[in-house]
Amino acid sequence: MRRPIKPWFEKEISGCSLTGFINEDGRRVNGEAIIQSIGLMNERSNGLGGGFAGYGIYPEMKDFYAFHIMYEDAQAKEEAEKVLNEFLLIEIQEKIPTRKTKGIPHPPLLMRYFLKVDENRLYDLEISEDDYIVHIVMKINSQIKGAYIFSSGKNMGAFKAVGFPDEVGRFYRLEEYQGYTWIAHGRFPTNTPGWWGGAHPFTLLDFAVVHNGEISSYGINKRYLEMFGYQCTLKTDTEVMAYLFDLLLRRHQLPIEVACKALAPPTWEEIEHKGEEMEWVKALRIIYGSVLVNGPFAILLSHKNGLIGLNDRIKLRPLVAARKGNTLYIASEEAGIREICSSPDKVWAPKAGEPTIGWLKEDRQNEFESPRTRISDREKPQSVYSVPGVC
Amino acid sequence: MCVRQCAFKGHSYDPETDEVISKEELCVGCHRCVTLCPTNALTVRQNPLDFRPNGNWTPWAIRNIFKQAETGGVLLTGMGNDRPYPVYWDHLLLNASQVTNPSIDPLREPMELRTYLGRKPKKLELDYTQETLKLKTPLPPQLKLETPILFSAMSYGAISYNACESLARAAEKLGTYYNTGEGGLHPNLYKYGKNTIVQVASGRFGVHKEYLDTAAAIEIKIGQGAKPGIGGHLPGEKVVEDISKTRMIPKGTDALSPAPQHDIYSIEDLRMLIFALKEATRYTKPISVKIAAVHNSPAIASGMVRAGADIIALDGFRGGTGASPMVIRDNVGIPIEFALASVDQRLREEGIRHQASIIVAGGFRNSADVSKAIALGADAVYIGTASLIAMGCHVCQKCYTGKCNWGIATQDPYLEKRLNPDIATERLVNLINAWSHEIKEMLGGMGINAIESLRGNRLALRGIGLTDTELEILGVLPAGR
Repeated sequence: MRRPIKPWFEKEISGCSLTGFINEDGRRVNGEAIIQSIGLMNERSNGLGGGFAGYGIYPEMKDFYAFHIMYEDAQAKEEAEKVLNEFLLIEIQEKIPTRKTKGIPHPPLLMRYFLKVDENRLYDLEISEDDYIVHIVMKINSQIKGAYIFSSGKNMGAFKAVGFPDEVGRFYRLEEYQGYTWIAHGRFPTNTPGWWGGAHPFTLLDFAVVHNGEISSYGINKRYLEMFGYQCTLKTDTEVMAYLFDLLLRRHQLPIEVACKALAPPTWEEIEHKGEEMEWVKALRIIYGSVLVNGPFAILLSHKNGLIGLNDRIKLRPLVAARKGNTLYIASEEAGIREICSSPDKVWAPKAGEPTIGWLKEDRQNEFESPRTRISDREKPQSVYSVPGVC
Repeated sequence: MCVRQCAFKGHSYDPETDEVISKEELCVGCHRCVTLCPTNALTVRQNPLDFRPNGNWTPWAIRNIFKQAETGGVLLTGMGNDRPYPVYWDHLLLNASQVTNPSIDPLREPMELRTYLGRKPKKLELDYTQETLKLKTPLPPQLKLETPILFSAMSYGAISYNACESLARAAEKLGTYYNTGEGGLHPNLYKYGKNTIVQVASGRFGVHKEYLDTAAAIEIKIGQGAKPGIGGHLPGEKVVEDISKTRMIPKGTDALSPAPQHDIYSIEDLRMLIFALKEATRYTKPISVKIAAVHNSPAIASGMVRAGADIIALDGFRGGTGASPMVIRDNVGIPIEFALASVDQRLREEGIRHQASIIVAGGFRNSADVSKAIALGADAVYIGTASLIAMGCHVCQKCYTGKCNWGIATQDPYLEKRLNPDIATERLVNLINAWSHEIKEMLGGMGINAIESLRGNRLALRGIGLTDTELEILGVLPAGR
């Protein structure tokens, strides 16, 4: 039986394992380590979904948006490609290389496209390139039956499937890619037989989220996002996470630390106790009450410049971090880290609601991406996008 | 004892026969005599004497015709709509977590009910140039509530001074607000100003600079759920010395509130009044606009937000009143559940939901009703009748007579002193604390620890016994799905 790629139910629930690391010096390593780390935690997943995201994997094509798309059939492909051809310039289109893997029967059609935006179009529409891409991703994912874009960033890619995560990694031949940041996820859905699109990570542009948890505030997070034009088509918590970060970081121009505080804010008591220096946190809670992600979660959020681990406000899901030299590791279990880094300099459990952040060193940032983003001051809260864009 | 307790003169003492005579036709069913009878000798039961059964010509319909045939007048009544319309709260069920997300124990973990009411900016803007992060622009004024429940507008005049004082003191103790209604503010209560919402209504009674300056927020009253489209009438007998001073009208004259505000004939006029009040208070207080829930509430609410309202108060058709024509109370307006659901949805569709908070009112009976309203999209709930009941009201619906035996809806000095403000304050505080505890338990059960995660979270609700259309309007799924 072929697994579906889109959901057919209202909301799904799942538990999970996650792991990730960033080489802050920009050193690129192949996907072998991340497969081993997530593979060790197979016990936390049930073979109904696994996925990866790697950064720095398409250095030759770093100025092009890399779309990874799954199709249920040829007709979906035809329709989606019609949209791509109409709105974007396709540089390369090809099948995503895979190998036959025992645990992953009947994959859908998996394609990747390297795309550019026609600048005249942006000029006419008066929107930023990123916003334009977001529109197209939303359009195809919500309107074309049987087509689903699961990766849309530059010089990065997401890979996901129904299966155990280590099998998924082998299936996509990840040992052939070189990246400076990798994240991975193993899924334990409790109420669905598994579907391709529902595997993690969820991505939008170069943001990727892997997530362990259930968002009890899903109903309001979703309605809040709808006010800003996001359509939560996949009905999973993680999609909501990805869009919340996109809204706060890209559209509202908030630094990552501030965005994390919106998702997992301190209690009112804490805010009051700290007094004036927390004035902005109070305002943050008042303004972004509907952004508060309530319920148990541990997430890894990666983007081209960094890796962030975050827990819910009372830490109801596991998350461990470790550091060795220039590499920051974050995973569900310490064992997942020790599997690929036997003697870390430091291992710790991040506190509830406080982000653990790894940043790509400044001098390496230009190398991997277009010059749009610069982060100047390492001590102060940092904006992922420091150039004001159009919302 | 019973003879003295009944302001409706239901009991009388005949010294010749040394007997107490009770006239059941005068009984309003307030239970005052029953509650206070030292020998437990009294009981009040419905009189079995009735008309011949008739599905159309019920005793209620027949008696009303008798009354009107005698007087030629409009039938008056008090409190909220008592007709057996569906109560949609009773058709909504709340969720709880099992296994995949843990429920949270409010006795062990923080559980937050704090709510801020007022206009919010769309996004946070910070100044990064300094050592610590600073807000670029200060937030618009907000009301801070420790629990999402406020005391609804009840004027000094409709209710007694002691009742007003109790509400004010309870609001202060609870960290919430009470609302003056359009009765002005008695000078003794100015000290509770930071917990007071003052009303500016069509009669403009008692509105002056100090009144506005003292309050935490100002509410423009356009309409009331118990009598949409109708003004108010406080009979001259109730306008005693203190009330005349507070309302700034001559003693003994009828206090007539016109149906419309005579300077608001359109949405642009409302905007002028909102900004006149904002100017007068130098933009330091949120301005609320209260309307009755009617058929096109969503469009009206959207206009109100665009006209500058920071808070929208929606009063459903079960909302109470001191006095209203019965035909209006029982037949005009729509249930608050539908009004709330459609207003919240409309404001979201227009992307302006953050510009105003929504307070709903109209017959909230318990903490479950409150929780369900918040899940449908309300920021907070006004309670009127429930707070009166906490003070001792037995819902006999005779508020308009001024003869309240419980000392609540009366200005009669003899009756008024029956309400002890110390005790009434404590009972109000108890009620809200009890409801807050229950809301915390329900939140914890759902696996969330802050009220903002329930607000507008309609996935926390399921409908039972509702039609598809009703479910669609409420924006909830049926139970089982």
